[in-house]
Amino acid sequence: MGDLMSMDGAGLEESSLYDRNVQKWIRSAAERGRYDIRGLGAKRRVPHFDDLTFLTGSASRYPLEGYRERCDTETVLGSRYAKNPVRLDIPITFAGMSFGSLSANVKEALGRAATELGTSTTTGDGGMTDEERGSSETLVYQCLPSRYGFDPDDLRRADAVEIVIGQGAKPGGGGMLLGQKISERVAEMRTLPAGIDQRSASRHPDWTGPDDLTIKIEELREITDWEIPVYVKVGATRVENDVKLAVKAGADVVVVDGMEGGTAATQDVFIEHAGIPTLAAVSQAAEALEEMKMTGEVQLIISGGIRTGADVAKAIALGADAVSIGQGAMFALGCNSEVWHDANGEPVSAVEDYEKLGTKPGFCHHMHTGMCPVGIATQDPDLEKRLDPEWGARRLRNYFQTLSMELTTLARACGKSNVHHLEKEDLVALTIEAAAMAKVPLAGTDWVPGISKF
Amino acid sequence: MEQRFSGGGIVDFVDFDLEKQTVRELNQFLHKEFDGAAEVRIHNPDGAHHIACGMNVPAKIDIMGNAGYFVAGMNKHAEVTVHGSVGWSVAENIMSGTVRVNGYASECAGASGHGGLLVVEKDASSRCGISMKGNDIVVGGSVGHFSAFMAQAGRLVVCGDAGDGLGDSLYEAVIYVRGEIKGLGADAREEAMGEGDLTSLSELLGRAGFEYRPEEFKRIASARTLYHWNAEDGGSHEHGRGGTRRKQFVRP
Repeated sequence: MGDLMSMDGAGLEESSLYDRNVQKWIRSAAERGRYDIRGLGAKRRVPHFDDLTFLTGSASRYPLEGYRERCDTETVLGSRYAKNPVRLDIPITFAGMSFGSLSANVKEALGRAATELGTSTTTGDGGMTDEERGSSETLVYQCLPSRYGFDPDDLRRADAVEIVIGQGAKPGGGGMLLGQKISERVAEMRTLPAGIDQRSASRHPDWTGPDDLTIKIEELREITDWEIPVYVKVGATRVENDVKLAVKAGADVVVVDGMEGGTAATQDVFIEHAGIPTLAAVSQAAEALEEMKMTGEVQLIISGGIRTGADVAKAIALGADAVSIGQGAMFALGCNSEVWHDANGEPVSAVEDYEKLGTKPGFCHHMHTGMCPVGIATQDPDLEKRLDPEWGARRLRNYFQTLSMELTTLARACGKSNVHHLEKEDLVALTIEAAAMAKVPLAGTDWVPGISKF
Repeated sequence: MEQRFSGGGIVDFVDFDLEKQTVRELNQFLHKEFDGAAEVRIHNPDGAHHIACGMNVPAKIDIMGNAGYFVAGMNKHAEVTVHGSVGWSVAENIMSGTVRVNGYASECAGASGHGGLLVVEKDASSRCGISMKGNDIVVGGSVGHFSAFMAQAGRLVVCGDAGDGLGDSLYEAVIYVRGEIKGLGADAREEAMGEGDLTSLSELLGRAGFEYRPEEFKRIASARTLYHWNAEDGGSHEHGRGGTRRKQFVRP
């Protein structure tokens, strides 16, 4: 091989193990003595919903008329124990993202869009703001290990409570918010000194283990008089066990966040090297519910790398009742865009501000710095003005509307008058890996790796 | 409901018997029908969880025996007294009011509280005051290991001894200990008692009903060396990496 390479005349052979990127990383580690912190989710290619395709209607199956025939999208979450389950018009929700990591304007935009769409939005690791509660008709209140700003009054005015055990970007790790983003208001909400580098706890302070979780869930139900649903969110690692434990502990809804899930800040090594792909997670979670005979009684929300209506449709076909979207919403708002929009809706270049961060539009993962060139992941009073909540709400609404239309397009083509009727049998895989993870046949074969013989 | 004389006026009493009614019925009564105008006595708690959690009115509540987990969880305004011992996480996320335990408390007493006062007259187990955010806790006896872990604000007063890893990763909460401290956690240090400490501790001990002199206590607070990300000092915020200046960080 070496001889062959040297025959090209240049005599340059790059190592695949120590390629230039790896060399650069090692030199950087040697220089700085610390790991990288960044935002967003896993960047490496992992088996994904893109590796599946639908077997839509033909002679053997009967499609519905694409634009004319009814295809319901209504979604009910939390029907197991809650007196007032969450009722959504679409099975696509906004994932939990904190005020602190995001500006108040963004939180407001998310709330407005969710309300117009008839879906829910979710607080984050920083408590509930009045703007967020005011703008969101259906708001899920997260109960996180840090308990920053956790207030029983907010719990009582929430439409559901989500106990966050972990998230896909960093399952087993706590949150992180660097000092630049700890403004006075954020500091006050989190009871921390302004400007410190904040590292949230990775475990809940008042319970450990699944038996205690049962009692914690009961406490939340007692305080809310069994009225609102209790969700339990886990980062996707040992999905089958974790889903079963959450169900056994009494969850109404289980949220499973795969390794493609985003974050505003954590260690790069955590983002890329922990957890399993969302594709594998949804399949395992659905199986766990089936084994417990809880399909339909406990709802499953899937998140982590859901971008398109096709992703939504495939997640639902594999057993999800709904999906949650975080990063997609950020991109809809202009994350990584070359421009932001002024009060007249005119585009203004943000390229220089990306350069100041040492990056470019399309590559930015610097949410942790708080210097977001397009005014999304920031607490800077000037930068946050770059995102107008009304403009943002419109973008988010359009994005989710597109996803919903794509979802119903695929569902109708599969002959379903309700998107929740999509099923595993509607899917085949394009790669062996995806076939094994999703437990659907490799396209053109009857082969489901690990289940049937080739 | 019956009426009795109490302290010069007529007070209404509500008696609730957990042998005959459920905790859910009790809590829904306390949340939805009860305005705090009467004193509530809860009989036969028998270790039940969640008794009087989510209180939101100023009321006097007496739990007449040992209770389980999350007693008076997220308390606001109410004055809850347990005439016995409690399980895990008594008064977790307390916002205001007072919760008093005549006996012992198990783990995580007063965890993540934002305000109000928790008094444990005897010992409290490990992680007492973990993650506290502004509440006060006074323990008449000793506390277990990793008490006040990551505590952000508020005061933990220990009239007896403290276990290992006290005040690990403290933020702005302050700990006062009268007895022995087995070991301090990362970034916790002993500091001199100032005039302000003596005055505020004296007031707090008085409210909790203990007669110790504030001068008998040591003050433990954060050295604040973990507040900022600093790569050049060998990653001192990362105890697990064997930084030379730090003791090994052990999670509770």
